Amino acid sequence: MSHLAKDMTPDVTWRDITPGCAIYEGGTSEAVQTGDWRTMRPVIDWAKCKQCLLCVPVCPDISIPVSGEGKREDFNYFYCKGCGICADVCPFGAISMVPEEK
Amino acid sequence: MGIRERLSGNEAVAYAMKQINPDVMGAYPITPSTEIPQYFSAYVDNGEVDTEFIAVESEHSAMSTCIGAQAAGVRAISATSSCGLCYMTEMLYVAASCRLPITLSVCCRALSGPINIHNDHSDAMGVRDAGWIMLFAETNQEAYDNYLQAMRIGEAVGLPIMVCQDGFITSHAIENIELVETDKVKAFVGQYRPKHYLLDPDESVSMGAFGMPAYYMEAKRQQAQAMIDAKDVIYKVGREFGEMTGRTYGLIEKYMMDDAKTAIVLIGSSAGTAKEAVRQLRAQGKKVGLIKVRAFRPFPSEELAEALKGVRAFAVMDKDDSYNAHCGPLFAETAAALYAAGVREPRGVNYIYGLGGRDVRVDSIKQVFAELDKIAATGYAGQTYRYLEVRE
Amino acid sequence: MNNIVEIRWHGRGGQGAKTAALLLADAAFNTGKYVQGFPEYGPERMGAPITAYNRISTERSTVHSNIYEPDYVVVVDETLLSAVDVTAGLKKEGAIVINSGKSPDELRGKLRGYEGRVCTIDAGRISTEELGKNFPNTPMLAAIVKVSGVVEPEEFVRDMEASFKHKFASKPQVIEGNMRALKRSMEEVQIG
Repeated sequence: MSHLAKDMTPDVTWRDITPGCAIYEGGTSEAVQTGDWRTMRPVIDWAKCKQCLLCVPVCPDISIPVSGEGKREDFNYFYCKGCGICADVCPFGAISMVPEEK
Repeated sequence: MGIRERLSGNEAVAYAMKQINPDVMGAYPITPSTEIPQYFSAYVDNGEVDTEFIAVESEHSAMSTCIGAQAAGVRAISATSSCGLCYMTEMLYVAASCRLPITLSVCCRALSGPINIHNDHSDAMGVRDAGWIMLFAETNQEAYDNYLQAMRIGEAVGLPIMVCQDGFITSHAIENIELVETDKVKAFVGQYRPKHYLLDPDESVSMGAFGMPAYYMEAKRQQAQAMIDAKDVIYKVGREFGEMTGRTYGLIEKYMMDDAKTAIVLIGSSAGTAKEAVRQLRAQGKKVGLIKVRAFRPFPSEELAEALKGVRAFAVMDKDDSYNAHCGPLFAETAAALYAAGVREPRGVNYIYGLGGRDVRVDSIKQVFAELDKIAATGYAGQTYRYLEVRE
Repeated sequence: MNNIVEIRWHGRGGQGAKTAALLLADAAFNTGKYVQGFPEYGPERMGAPITAYNRISTERSTVHSNIYEPDYVVVVDETLLSAVDVTAGLKKEGAIVINSGKSPDELRGKLRGYEGRVCTIDAGRISTEELGKNFPNTPMLAAIVKVSGVVEPEEFVRDMEASFKHKFASKPQVIEGNMRALKRSMEEVQIG
């Protein structure tokens, strides 16, 4: 069988699990959806955002994408855990945390 | 025919390392294994090997170095003793569970306290459940021979392997030894070609992953299978080594066991002393025999049950104690092996012996056989947890 | 038939008794024997009494214990006679070889009633005269070879010469000094 991360599910048998639980590909965290951990959701007010980009480096995940022109874009909610650090550091109050509605 | 030499056990192991020319050595000195990295670093310095010698600040780091190097895709080695092995313990488990076939030379020495630099098996036995293959040597020759076989065995099943000898008794004693020509050694040991390794430019690999409860048991069951599979590999490599040198190895060595009525089971250098005792008692017509355990991991359970099923009484001798108010580890596992195989007849006792370098003489072994005679005659083992030659 | 000779060395830490035991093992090895040479380590310090052992045999000895009933005892430092029971277990058919300027008769009284041969050799003086320093190893080695015959003496001399030539290739005067010390010791050892 293939020994890629996607195959290592809780159904994998002891014969098929990779030796030492090694994973034979890189960047596998890209496939892990952490957005569903979120209870609070960051929302950006584009009218207040000055594109200072202070929010970008403090994001512990990869939830604030930056365009080729160097502008931050809307949140990537597939990864965003709703930690709120970006809202905390924003000098302009452009990011507010609102309860997640599921 | 090999090369006739006389070397100490430490010289012999360092020479085996030189012949193999591994890629990385991470080591920190501790008596009585210090000479191994000392001799080997001279080979490195003289350009006789192209090993990267990494002098580290502790045994924990020595094993960490080996783990990093072996994971990167090369052969890594180290050497240690006693509390150095204890200090490696955490990383020994990482090496085994990451399935990295590192080779570690251990010169067995007592653990504190009282502080003691002499031989017993407390250090190696203390890490017996770390998941490493463990071979023990009776002589300098076996320390050398086991080392030449170690990488073949470990790499075939993806487990690290410990090559143990008795500190001072063989490590610092010179004896005759037959060395294998270096070209033959290189052909026998072969190249290390891991399927997956960190420095492979064509494949990204993550190692040392977190294992949630949903995966942990499957990972450990697979690791356990590697140890089960190691039995056949040890036999296969031991046979091939025999074809090359005339010295064939398995999991245990039976000495005059065919018609033995009483037998001793033990590990390491005292087996040679026990062989002399067996020869002397056989000359008096006594049907005595000896079983030397070469591989403690994997444990030779079927082999021991088969070898002991015909005796009336046996003594398992542990050069260490589990301090469980019951017995040492070799006795515990031997008794479990007999029980699992349905062998109920032989009476067995356990002797704790040779702790902290207490000398083991031919007469020491004869005393044990004298006790076994009594047990065989009466069928009554009495106290099974005994200390040999301790002042009362 | 396995002919086995067991030898026990007594010295002090730093005097080279262990090295001498290993050299004797080397010499016997070079004549085709099976050898063991091993130290008994204590809490090692310069000057502390130490013991080393040799088993030399025609067939491999598998025994890995210390030696309790030696055929020969070598004492590298005379002052050990009062500190250590050097003749313990020594076979009376054997001999004790002591580094001393005294005669065997003068020393026998210190040996707790030992009845076998007592041999003395002034290894310190020979070493000082031939090598300019007190390195008693070479003369002691030669004396025990002469007394025990564990290695055939002529073969021993040839072998040692080759060994010195290899070891001190760049220092011919050291080779000559050692060879003179060796030969003198074999001639001057007093057997009583």
